[in-house]
Amino acid sequence: MSLLQIDKLVAGYGAVDILNGIDLAVEPGKISVIVGPNGAGKSTALKAIFGLAQIREGRVLFQGDDITRQPADRLVARGIAYVPQERNVFRSLSVRENLEMGAFLKPGDIARRIEAVMGLFPPLREKLKQAAGELSGGQRQMVAMGRALMLEPKLLMLDEPTAGLSPLYMDQIFDRVIAINQSGVGVLLVEQNAKQALAIGHVGYVLATGRNRFTDSAANLLVNREVAESFLGG
Amino acid sequence: MIALSDFINLYLLPGLVVGCIYALGAIGISLLFGILRFAHFAHGDMMTLGAYLAIIFTANFDWSPYAALPITVIGTALVALLLDRAFYKPFRRSAGIVTVIASFGVMLMLRSAIQLIWGVDVKTYDIGIRFPMEFGMLKIAPRQVTIVLVTAALVIALHLFLSRTRLGKAMRAVSDDPDLARVSGINVEQVVRWTWIIGAGLAAAGGVFIGIQTKVHPNMGWDLLLPLFAAAVLGGIGRPYGAVAGGLAIGLCQELATYPWFSEEPFIAPGYKPAVAFSVMVIMLIWRPTGLFRGRAF
Repeated sequence: MSLLQIDKLVAGYGAVDILNGIDLAVEPGKISVIVGPNGAGKSTALKAIFGLAQIREGRVLFQGDDITRQPADRLVARGIAYVPQERNVFRSLSVRENLEMGAFLKPGDIARRIEAVMGLFPPLREKLKQAAGELSGGQRQMVAMGRALMLEPKLLMLDEPTAGLSPLYMDQIFDRVIAINQSGVGVLLVEQNAKQALAIGHVGYVLATGRNRFTDSAANLLVNREVAESFLGG
Repeated sequence: MIALSDFINLYLLPGLVVGCIYALGAIGISLLFGILRFAHFAHGDMMTLGAYLAIIFTANFDWSPYAALPITVIGTALVALLLDRAFYKPFRRSAGIVTVIASFGVMLMLRSAIQLIWGVDVKTYDIGIRFPMEFGMLKIAPRQVTIVLVTAALVIALHLFLSRTRLGKAMRAVSDDPDLARVSGINVEQVVRWTWIIGAGLAAAGGVFIGIQTKVHPNMGWDLLLPLFAAAVLGGIGRPYGAVAGGLAIGLCQELATYPWFSEEPFIAPGYKPAVAFSVMVIMLIWRPTGLFRGRAF
């Protein structure tokens, strides 16, 4: 059984449809990568699951249960964590408070989980008392991912975690995604940096204009000439 | 010129007391705007309601208004929760202006209900006359001390709540970014309920203080609305500590503006006090719309 399965999802904002019936899946303990040009609907897929875009048709299954249109706190309680691309930290709250907010649904034993996040993102240790809005982009991304990990999710959904980051931070973030995945967490990764993302992924989905264009193992997509020419920049 | 003692006893101390009362009202306006993104026009009438609920206990059971304060605060908070459920929650996903208009309606209903139940006449708590305590040239009424101390205690309690408790931090998180709060698993409706409890509770305390300080009448909330919003805007909307500073500043400005600074006559006639609050608000909106504490622009 897939960890996450999306069937024929039609979703959008207001009267506009962005996704015109896409299929996706994340297998337990694996990384699925969504790539594609701007406006393909990559981010919308994640937003629709969390109710930030409206689902018109299709369904979303998590461990076999239908979770279509469920409220966000129910999804989080089931073990789905989501890191939006922008505005993904509470800017006026300290780093520690951001992490505590990630654990809102399970307040006990927070210290141990903060310690686990520190192990994953050591640069945050000395920033715990600083307001998250004062951090650099890369560190903010670490806070956002740390916040999402506080409930020890089964599935982590990341929306372009390396957007706007320097190459150094970009490598760090990809490296951390691998580490998180190796601890057993399934990952659904939306990325602009398609080559690097496919290099760490197991399954790849190429979306274009709200539809599935290519679906294959990430390794195969990387060597697929058609995919390379159209979507990976040659 | 008047003596320094008169300046302190007749202008500075009353300004401080009025400022405390404004602060208690403005905190709720600021918190509610931060969480629910709308200007709550019925907030002055929350204060009126608090002032009248206390009358139930002072008039019928001969309680002192201070003794009635806790139960008044709880009662007003409960009414606020009911009003939210009935008139604001259905508009949670509508444009902000819809809820603003709804709060206008709630304001009129509250005032009419108060007039219906308690009548339209001015009322007092019948605390009797207490002579002020004299400390050298200072003459301080006991009620002034109580009002300032209780306000300070409430503000400290609010600070501890916002900075130390899980729910208080969640309140700041929702104020920061409601969507992110939701996807983090924060129960936003629970946060909204506590915002009402705190905002209305503090407003009720402020209302009772007005009754202790002067008198109670059905239109008092309406008269308070302008200084309350001026205080919230001055402090930076969505910033509860800013609202405290803004409330104190507006209260002091209003009282000190009537001091005979340049002649034997009051600098500004007392009847124009509301204009002082209005002027401060307008200047602030032009000069620095995010307020002293860098809140949100209206």
